[in-house]
Amino acid sequence: MKRRNFLTLSAGAAAGAALAACGSSGPSDGSTGDTASGEAGYWFLSGPPGEPIRQGAVDRFNKANSGGQIKVTTFQNDAYKDKLKTALGAGQAPSIIWGWGGGGLKSYVDNNQVDDLTDWFAQNPAVKDRLFPASFGPATINDKIYAMPCETVQPIVMFYNKEVFEKLKLTPPQTWGEVMSLVPKINAAGVAPFSLGGQSRWTNMMWLEFLFDRIGGPEVFQSVFDGEANAWNNPAAIQGLTEMQKLIQANGFVKGFSSITADSNADQALLYRGKAAMMLHGSWSYGIISAEGGSFIKDGKLGYMNFPTVEGGKGDPSNTVGNAGQFLSIYSKASDAQKETAKKFFTSLLDDTEQQGWIETGGVPIVKGSDAKLAASPDADFLKFIYNVSSSAKYFGQSWDQALSPTAAETLLDNIAKLFQMQVSPQQFADNMNQVIGK
Amino acid sequence: MTLAPPVVPSAPPAASSGGRSGSVTWMAWPALVAFVAFGVVPLIGVVLLSFTSWNRLSTDIPFTGLDSWRSVLSDPGLPHALWVTFLIMALSWLFQTPISLLLGVFIAAHKRYRSVLAVLFFVPLLLSQAAISITYKALLDPNFGLGAGLGFEFLQQDWLGDSTLALCVVVFVVSWQFIPFHTLIYQGGIRQIPTSMYEAAQIDGAGRIRQFFNITLPQLKYTIITSSTLMVVGSLTFFDLIWVLTAGGPGDATRALAVDMYQRGFKADLMGPASAIAVILVLVGLALALGLRRLGGRDASASQLEGV
Repeated sequence: MKRRNFLTLSAGAAAGAALAACGSSGPSDGSTGDTASGEAGYWFLSGPPGEPIRQGAVDRFNKANSGGQIKVTTFQNDAYKDKLKTALGAGQAPSIIWGWGGGGLKSYVDNNQVDDLTDWFAQNPAVKDRLFPASFGPATINDKIYAMPCETVQPIVMFYNKEVFEKLKLTPPQTWGEVMSLVPKINAAGVAPFSLGGQSRWTNMMWLEFLFDRIGGPEVFQSVFDGEANAWNNPAAIQGLTEMQKLIQANGFVKGFSSITADSNADQALLYRGKAAMMLHGSWSYGIISAEGGSFIKDGKLGYMNFPTVEGGKGDPSNTVGNAGQFLSIYSKASDAQKETAKKFFTSLLDDTEQQGWIETGGVPIVKGSDAKLAASPDADFLKFIYNVSSSAKYFGQSWDQALSPTAAETLLDNIAKLFQMQVSPQQFADNMNQVIGK
Repeated sequence: MTLAPPVVPSAPPAASSGGRSGSVTWMAWPALVAFVAFGVVPLIGVVLLSFTSWNRLSTDIPFTGLDSWRSVLSDPGLPHALWVTFLIMALSWLFQTPISLLLGVFIAAHKRYRSVLAVLFFVPLLLSQAAISITYKALLDPNFGLGAGLGFEFLQQDWLGDSTLALCVVVFVVSWQFIPFHTLIYQGGIRQIPTSMYEAAQIDGAGRIRQFFNITLPQLKYTIITSSTLMVVGSLTFFDLIWVLTAGGPGDATRALAVDMYQRGFKADLMGPASAIAVILVLVGLALALGLRRLGGRDASASQLEGV
């Protein structure tokens, strides 16, 4: 007992020092506001396009409710993840926890940091039924719902530069075989077949997610997720990894891809500047290209489609992967009044104004029937495409690094980086990954 | 030197250390308090954490004995990270020391244009490491960087995407930032050397090169040791620069110990193993610092100016 106290103390001191070192980026006392009046803390990501929309939803809620108010603190993406974990470890997290669901949420659940919302959703079916059913996947841990899905659906799609294809008199690939035969032709014209921000690692991962699904169906990764021994040895997995390395060796990706970060948006720039013909990326890339790519979209040069099929593969071609939504959980150590405020806030989310806000950023809100609102948008074609991909997908896979525990995810990303550098073979990759199954 | 009179042992220090009335140990207190609070206490915390398996989330910290140590020491990633750390350390020492030394000699002379240059040389040290890394990353970008912009073939390398090149770039950027600092140290050291030595050498007919090797270098012995200690121990903690430039990549080609520690602790949520690596870092740093002190001879405070 004594030792534990001391450990907690020293850890607290270390965390305190770490927080102090982080400077003035916000108060660390997320939930310790006015607990009696039910003022609930809410942390989310700063920066466009999401921040003003999230802030707007909070402002409307605070105006409409005289009682418990929502108090906002914003963080940058990477800083947020670190700060939230530190705050959870120190027992000082905000009442409302914004997140990505899946493995991260599971680690909160395993440590009893977030509340089970299953009963609340059962009592408020109207809240649940208006959202995409697929959006509850990453919010559900051990058959219980621990988070409120919110915001937009972001599938991964294949973007391509129509101008490049027209100039080379080629057509975008429908199958993996066509991908492999297109690569030398595009390379011969001095254009990179695919753009890739490989230093970020999760960008490489999206390729494997699709290859695994197209070759062996969702079951391949599901068995990893379920913790089956040696699940990565599945022949479909090995085939996917092998095809991946074949594409890399055929110079399928832009030169120097392993030193390009996704944060720099250089991967999108390669596509709209015509230096790369295609790019597999999240639907949010549309917003980036629209903001930075000049008149590229206006001139109708941006093409998009679902990932090609793989000949003889078992996966349904309508399947997709990506973010089925974003997720709000309630901190278990918040006061009852704060939890009430949070739940009231949840019911107010994704009203018409907020949906319109997301649509204007090129996002599709996770509300059923939101496609009716899409037609009026200047980006209607793309939004309808995303709506159809998301709503007609037989299976909406979650990003692997979000689905797995942080420990397993880090090993996965590490090995993916090595696979793309040809530092490990498919079998070595599988062996390395089998060791962290279920961890 | 043979003509020097026999060395007279200096008088034993007075009982009141410092030579003034009253004890002066209190002078060490402010530094000691800060050191204990921000150095020793966190260090003890890290040592304790290395015997646990904390995941950063739970509010209680399970004690798991040697588990973390076992997992770290049996991981093939550790020898690799040690090797990368050693390479960066050795290469950056080899690169920085001769250049700083020569630059130090150059700007030590009291000439106005050299003082102006000294100020310019100093600029890289004033910039933040993160800013330097971001700038270099942009300059070295394979598609939008300097090589593509200027159209020079030899600049169009995959600077940060090739294992060997990436390591060299890290060493180069580190050196680019820290050479000014070590130049400054050497400049100070050189200005301490009595000019009478050079005058005597000139009378004896020694040329510039001879003077450099027979007077400047030996006289700078302790300056070299100080500068090397700072370089070697400092290179153990390179993190921000590597993280921004390569994030430890490509693959794990530039994953030094500090980067490995961060990835385990803050990305994989394995605070126990990360703390174990932190302890290893501290031990390696201490061993290196002690070893370098030993290099300076048994009595590091001995005078080099006997007989002058």
